Amino acid sequence: MAKKQLYYEDVEVGSEVTPLAKVATTQMLVKWAGGSGDFNPLHYEDSFAASMMVGSPIVHGALKRAWLGHLMTDWIGEEGTLKKLSCQYRAMDYPRKMKTMTEPHEGDTWWCKGTVTGKRVEDGEHIVECNIWVENVKGEKTTPGSAVVVLPSKKRGR
Amino acid sequence: MTEGSLVTDKVTSLIGQVSPPAILQVEAGAITRYADAIDDPNPLYRDVEHARKSRYGEITCPPGFFGWPIKGGGLEAGELMGKVLGAVFESGLMRVLDGGVDFDFYLPVRAGDTLVVYGKFVDAREREGRSGKMLFLTLEQTYLNQNGDMVAKARNTLICS
Repeated sequence: MAKKQLYYEDVEVGSEVTPLAKVATTQMLVKWAGGSGDFNPLHYEDSFAASMMVGSPIVHGALKRAWLGHLMTDWIGEEGTLKKLSCQYRAMDYPRKMKTMTEPHEGDTWWCKGTVTGKRVEDGEHIVECNIWVENVKGEKTTPGSAVVVLPSKKRGR
Repeated sequence: MTEGSLVTDKVTSLIGQVSPPAILQVEAGAITRYADAIDDPNPLYRDVEHARKSRYGEITCPPGFFGWPIKGGGLEAGELMGKVLGAVFESGLMRVLDGGVDFDFYLPVRAGDTLVVYGKFVDAREREGRSGKMLFLTLEQTYLNQNGDMVAKARNTLICS
């Protein structure tokens, strides 16, 4: 990664969490099913998804949650600690289909984003609170949530 | 389709029940596959040398790796979840969707750790949705490591309609 470490002093209320782009593909959903152990056919079986009234197979909510985890761990760096992560799956997202073994068709890209809503020092910990969300191509927040992190401080002795 | 309260006596009788503990071995390969699945190239999840030099000292887990649904504390496959959903389906509901999650992370979890997971059926509430009545189920998983320390809690909402 070799990214610059983020410090408590670097962020203010209103600061942006560095956005992270994600592309949900049918291939990613298969990998997620294997990686997470969620084999609900809602996420790969057309007729089952239709019978569950979601149209076609949808992106796993927990996969979007994992994207938000990635958003936060990238932003806070190795010296930052994620303390809380919450999100709600408010709207369905539908994956791009694959064109080749490795390339998806043209289509939607999702953005994971966030803003700092608060910061405070408590019991010697430098705590930062954020609103976070996954945004679809229409700009709708399909997966809003929040996170609490502890960042290192530039001041010695924390 | 559904008459009366969705929070039936049978559902109510299950509130507060705790699943038998499930054991989860945290394996480095499983961590890497999980990180690969979400296109997260973070070396903490795959590069042993890098991870050992980090403050974690070992390959560590992405947030939520051990949470829903990977190991729901015996909830998703176990008897408790089966009993809860069985009771829910009896009241005429057919569809279950994941509504969201709240995680609290207390301590790092590393490859090689052994976790014990307890699942609990916390609550059931009825709400009126756009397409009729819905039932919101709250389930909680508590994760302890091999030292007996609590490493995380997850609270999930399932929406049944």
